[in-house]
Amino acid sequence: MQVPPAISFEDVSKTYGEGRAVNQVSMIVPQGEFLAIIGPSGSGKTTLLRFINRLTEPTSGTVRVDGQDVRAVDAIALRRRIGYVFQGIGLFPHMTVGENIAITPKLIGTNRLQISTRVNELLGLVRLEPAKYLNRFPHELSGGERQRVGVARAIAANPQIVLMDEPFGALDPLTRDRLGQDYRALHDEFHLTTVMITHDTLEAVLLADRIAVVRDGRVIDQGTPRALMGGNRTDYVGELMQTPRRQAERLNKLIGRGTLP
Amino acid sequence: MTDVNSRVAEAIGRLPDYLGNHVLVSLTALGLGLAISLPLALLSTRRPTLRALILALASIVQTVPGLALLALFYPLLLGLAALSERMFGIGFSALGFLPAVLALTLYTMLPVLRNTVTGLQSIDPAVAEAAVGVGMTRRQALFMVELPLALPVIMAGIRTAAAWVIGTATLSTPIGQTSLGNYIFTGLQTQNWVFVLFGCVAAALLALVVDQLLALVESGVQHRAHLRLSLGALGLVLVLGGALVPSLSRPQATYVVGAKTFAEQYVLSALIEQRLAAAGLSTVRRDGLGSSVIFNALAASDIDVYVDYSGTIWTNQMHRTDVKSRGQVLAEVANWLEQQHQIKLLGAVGFENAYALAMSRKRAQALGIHSLADLAGQAPNLAIAGDYEIFSRPEWASMVRAYDLKFRVQRQMQPEFMYEAVANGEVDVISAYTSDGLIAKYDLLVLDDPKQALPPYDAILLVSPRRALDRALAEALRPLVGAIDVVSMREANRRAAGGTDESSPDEVARWLWGRISGRKQAAQ
Repeated sequence: MQVPPAISFEDVSKTYGEGRAVNQVSMIVPQGEFLAIIGPSGSGKTTLLRFINRLTEPTSGTVRVDGQDVRAVDAIALRRRIGYVFQGIGLFPHMTVGENIAITPKLIGTNRLQISTRVNELLGLVRLEPAKYLNRFPHELSGGERQRVGVARAIAANPQIVLMDEPFGALDPLTRDRLGQDYRALHDEFHLTTVMITHDTLEAVLLADRIAVVRDGRVIDQGTPRALMGGNRTDYVGELMQTPRRQAERLNKLIGRGTLP
Repeated sequence: MTDVNSRVAEAIGRLPDYLGNHVLVSLTALGLGLAISLPLALLSTRRPTLRALILALASIVQTVPGLALLALFYPLLLGLAALSERMFGIGFSALGFLPAVLALTLYTMLPVLRNTVTGLQSIDPAVAEAAVGVGMTRRQALFMVELPLALPVIMAGIRTAAAWVIGTATLSTPIGQTSLGNYIFTGLQTQNWVFVLFGCVAAALLALVVDQLLALVESGVQHRAHLRLSLGALGLVLVLGGALVPSLSRPQATYVVGAKTFAEQYVLSALIEQRLAAAGLSTVRRDGLGSSVIFNALAASDIDVYVDYSGTIWTNQMHRTDVKSRGQVLAEVANWLEQQHQIKLLGAVGFENAYALAMSRKRAQALGIHSLADLAGQAPNLAIAGDYEIFSRPEWASMVRAYDLKFRVQRQMQPEFMYEAVANGEVDVISAYTSDGLIAKYDLLVLDDPKQALPPYDAILLVSPRRALDRALAEALRPLVGAIDVVSMREANRRAAGGTDESSPDEVARWLWGRISGRKQAAQ
């Protein structure tokens, strides 16, 4: 029997009064894929992501997770088996690092001892020393450390799918680069399916297996980074995908190394 | 100094009773208020219309002055009690604890509601979103995330409510709930400033202690310091427990003696209590009752005995506007009380506390004036001062009509200044209450009323329907009937207002008893 895709959008739309946030999108995310969704602000990226764990319900069309229509699944149970890394902070300010990470296992009734072992293991995975960080509060952490905790919380209950909404947007470039690579390693290690929203084309190119470009509520193109960057397209997608290359060329010129091969 | 010391000692002696009752009524109201407001606030967080409605209602309640709110609850409960008696055969006392708790409960609601709603609304939407995103149910999000984060704001509301309720509880004295307000109301009437100050300071200290204990609980919850949380909670339990001890250990009072809010009433209730105690009957005093409350309280048998005035019943309860002789009024009042309310008029005490006109004795003698009839001829040359209401009262109209009185000047004055003004000749005549201690102090002459234009205000002993046939009570009070002449009462009132060591109502009542019982023996 064929393995169903981890996530599929079938002709989904979302309308708000006159406006259309999402307009007849159909797209498939196979098991184990790392998909990046890029596009300008207000293009409908976040709405598309929120359909997957039912934080937002589409006006029409069907969203499936592991082949099952999400409307047929209890929303609470669905969210507990899908990791979510929130835009900005999203950590609970009144809970320690350990409690933040333990929240979903606790909600699904994992026993205390298992939770405690799991939290220590997760802190190690996101490169935070457990003894040092376990009992700290979010406000005592740097932005990078907080988002590492956010990632640990998202994968705490062993989800197969992780959704990330501009997870590294507010971080400095160095932290951002490291955290991106670290997450990609986790994605591969645990055979996750990841959907990540980002503003940053370069980040998408470097981390994702496939990129979907969204504009005005539609997926206007999708493909591997190499495919989207190839050719000499002059449309929006071409412009967008060429940006990292152009930046690199300008950078090279600036430091006097000539153009890239 | 001994004066102040003895007053402080007396105040401290009453502290267990007053403080205990105060704590009981205010913490019960606070607890009840929380039990209603918190769920209501939670219910309304997702219902904007309900929220607006509840907050508006709570705000309106808050604008009603505390005293008025407390006073409103008395007739309301009185009606409810009568209804419940009729429908289910279960009556309850509408006086004291119940109306005080209910009114104070309403008072706690606004700060708790408003702060809970505000606290929940001001939560970072990203955090609220995260709670849903990690898979919490609505209830889990509320209890695991939203409430803990709103806690400081909610606790601030609870602490405000606690301070308000403890302060406002002092106003529950006039509706029959003993509280620290008893110091204040008694002190104001008998010019016992030690009492007034003592009551205020005690209430402030109590508010401070409760606030600090709540702060301890809050900080304990916030920082998960179990020690702090337990200490705070233990402190609150101890405060409440300490309040319960005196009220539990107090013997079941059998006779409730009432008093209105002025010095003469305090002296008379003390006197009644002493007579009942001498007859071996146990008593409790409900001093400082509002004059509209006290009559209803007697009719409902919430109190058992107090002294009212025949003219007050005649005018305020029977709504009579005609004027009859002293004897006729007494007879009709007694009959009406019996018929309408099954209240027993045990007898007239002997003196009147009526409206009258008074002059300095010297000036009256110089002008040859003894009565209102004498005054009529000379009034056009004389100046009169009255308190703020006399010139608009039916008594004044009746007097002017009967004697054709016209004065050269007619002025209104603060009662305290009136007596001095007539004593030093600033005005010639003043309106006065016949049993006022100041009449004795300034040696004034109360003018006779030969045409009986002024309604009589005989002090009368009234007994509740429940005790109407109580032989022991009637026997114990019998010696007071017809026993107190107006001169003795004036002197007692002067003493009670004197601010001396012997001016507490209990002391003055003992003095008064000594005077009237001595005279009785001499007469026999």
